[in-house]
Amino acid sequence: MKQAAPRLIELVEECKSLAFDLNFSYAKEWKKQSPDRLLVGYLPIYVPRQIMHAANALPVGIMGVGDRKQIIKGDAYYQSYICHLPRGIIEMALDHNLDDFDGFLFPSICDCVRNLSGMFKLVHKGKFTRYFDYPQNFDEHIGGTFYRELLETIINDMHLLNGVNISIEALNRSISLYNKNRKLVETIYNIRQDYPWRLSATDVYHIIRAGMVINVEKHNEILEEVIRYIEEDYGEPMDNIRVIISGSFCEQPPIGLIKSIEMAGCYIIDDDFMLGSRWIQDDINGTTEDPLNELVISFLTKSTASSAIYDVGNPRSARLVQLVKRRNADGVIFCAASFCDPALLDRPELQKACDAEGIAHINFQFHENTGQFKVIKEQAGTFSDSIKLWV
Amino acid sequence: MSNPKEAIKENSMIIQKEMLGNLFTELSTAKENGKKVVYTFVPGNLTELILALDMLPVYPEINALQSGMRKKSGSYIKDAEKMGFSEDVCTYVKCDIGMMLSGNIGPTGEKLPDPDLLLLSYTGCFTFLKWFENLERLYPGVEIAMLHTPYQEDGTITQDQVNYMVKQLKEDVIPKMEKVAGKKLDYDRLSKMLENSAKAEDLWVKVLQTAKNRPSPIDSYFAGVYYMGPLFTAFRGSEKAVEYYQELYNEVTERLKQGLLPVTPEGEMKEERFRLVVEGPPNWTNFREFWKIFYDMGAVIVASTYTKVGGVYDQGFRHEPDKPLESLAKYCMGCYTNLNLPQRVDLLEYYIKEYKADGFLINSIKSCNSFSAGQLLMMREIEQRCGVPVGFIESDLVDPRYFSYANIKNRLESYFQMLGQRKVIMAQEEAQV
Repeated sequence: MKQAAPRLIELVEECKSLAFDLNFSYAKEWKKQSPDRLLVGYLPIYVPRQIMHAANALPVGIMGVGDRKQIIKGDAYYQSYICHLPRGIIEMALDHNLDDFDGFLFPSICDCVRNLSGMFKLVHKGKFTRYFDYPQNFDEHIGGTFYRELLETIINDMHLLNGVNISIEALNRSISLYNKNRKLVETIYNIRQDYPWRLSATDVYHIIRAGMVINVEKHNEILEEVIRYIEEDYGEPMDNIRVIISGSFCEQPPIGLIKSIEMAGCYIIDDDFMLGSRWIQDDINGTTEDPLNELVISFLTKSTASSAIYDVGNPRSARLVQLVKRRNADGVIFCAASFCDPALLDRPELQKACDAEGIAHINFQFHENTGQFKVIKEQAGTFSDSIKLWV
Repeated sequence: MSNPKEAIKENSMIIQKEMLGNLFTELSTAKENGKKVVYTFVPGNLTELILALDMLPVYPEINALQSGMRKKSGSYIKDAEKMGFSEDVCTYVKCDIGMMLSGNIGPTGEKLPDPDLLLLSYTGCFTFLKWFENLERLYPGVEIAMLHTPYQEDGTITQDQVNYMVKQLKEDVIPKMEKVAGKKLDYDRLSKMLENSAKAEDLWVKVLQTAKNRPSPIDSYFAGVYYMGPLFTAFRGSEKAVEYYQELYNEVTERLKQGLLPVTPEGEMKEERFRLVVEGPPNWTNFREFWKIFYDMGAVIVASTYTKVGGVYDQGFRHEPDKPLESLAKYCMGCYTNLNLPQRVDLLEYYIKEYKADGFLINSIKSCNSFSAGQLLMMREIEQRCGVPVGFIESDLVDPRYFSYANIKNRLESYFQMLGQRKVIMAQEEAQV
């Protein structure tokens, strides 16, 4: 059996250390290279990173602390019935992990993240803090105008700090770089759809998550290199079922949980981890005289299915079914963070849609620092066996 | 725990009961009478628009809280959980869905009519959006209008935000409402209603401000939730609402003149030992027992944030008849849960100082992240800024499994002991000076 190339293993290891560096050393080092560079932290799920890139700022995904940091202060800021993600983030803020950041964006996903934006204001973190309240009206003339004004506000926040005026060429270049990034990520998923044994789900997770904390140029290089290696055949297929994970778009599951699902006999061939990196479902035109408008239009018309977006008229349940069919998956694992209202309120409807299409599914909940996976492994294993034996 | 006695009612409460009774009767015969029914939410509601188009509003949160008070919510919630809703999510949503599955019987025992329009005025609570997505699937084919209210993330309402909302109203929401109502919106009628709204709002603020007196003639939380009913729900904009608030104000003024304390379900309070400001909604499943813990200890709530979820009128906002849509937009954006955390802390600080409160208490609600996320930091801020003792209890809106009477009573008794001790020490210090 042919083994994975040593260079690929090296790349994955590099991504592993980048993905969970809670001191954001790479980003801080990047900022030191020039006085007009900025760091803008953002929470899950989606912000248009292109505007930051074009303004000489590094967008840095703050995806939570996972099981890598003991929460002491954070628990004193949140009641037991609130999800884990914000307590880890406030812990990082109070422990000075985020001190070099210039600004923070809190995308509209739920009331916890919304209120965390106010907590950052109260504890005076960042030179600017914005709740990124994207429109829930998708008419270009109404929601589009509002969204453009929102982007302009953030552009102005950055301009006030580094004096950079975003040129048309710079924004078009950023759009093209992120187009390429999404395409490369999609290529990895496409290869894994057919050959999931070539790269484990945890390896993919680390590779994609690393892209949240480094510049897009470097991430694109890593992705291209990874693709070169996984295009060649190696490893050995296992008798696993193929599943899609749904519901982990905000608080991220611990790596141990992802590993447990695969070890239990389920190849994860698609997921909504770090959904923001794949939010726009097509290329954005990077050649026009009004690139900001292209970002607006792409949000209004090409956003992925997400619990953060009002979906009447374009139900996410239908989109999940489509994804299952496109990926040729055997089933869906609904894997949501405890106390995650958006994911858990969507779950019954998504399950109903799966039932209607005869798609097998199971569900469980997690915290980002869940440490016991035995039960989940047994559940996923039984799910896998039931499909292999009976479907 | 003793059984609650029959509640003693003031005249304004009788008027309100009659108003609600009439509304539910109208709702029960809506289909026969060709009246269109709109399901919508309390914060950021567009009641004047609904009434100006001769439609009838139904508020799912009110259904849920009434189910809680009637001890029905527990089984409704379990029914929704059987459908796949997690134990972790908002119990208002689960109670509403469970109630619908059980025949959608309203508080008067009559069936609530199905909606002709789902009007999602999405203000200050992300869960509203999920709630209406679920309702849309339970009532397939019903017209839906969605009004996205931007959050006051920077502590102000910008002109861009107002423009966004007015455009949504003009080009999307009102045309859909007109389509369902089968008539054009009469802007003169709307303005007249907004004029009534402003009159009722003036009176409401005057009522609230009587609590600045010592002793306070009202309880701004437990009784406040009744007082706010007509203005926050189906009657804002109506002459009946103005009449109700005039009656309420007269009653409260009279109580003030006579030096009377707040009315409770067991009669007038005899002593005002503690003046408190409360943050967060009340628990509905055990509302009477919860209230009793306070009045038994002589604790009066002089200001609360929950009575601002349908508008923070005491900070100056009024509906404006000459700018109807702009005014509705600003109303939606100004509701309490649409304020950012620094604004909420500032408002609480103002209440504690202006109403000369002895303490600050948070009732943290498991179901309501919009209120609850960040409350522990708010509590610290208030402690630092105001130097008053702070208390923290936890319960839920309508899930009886999350109301632990003994635990809450124990905590509150300790808190009141602390407040009492502090008063003694402060009196001693004053005497020494």
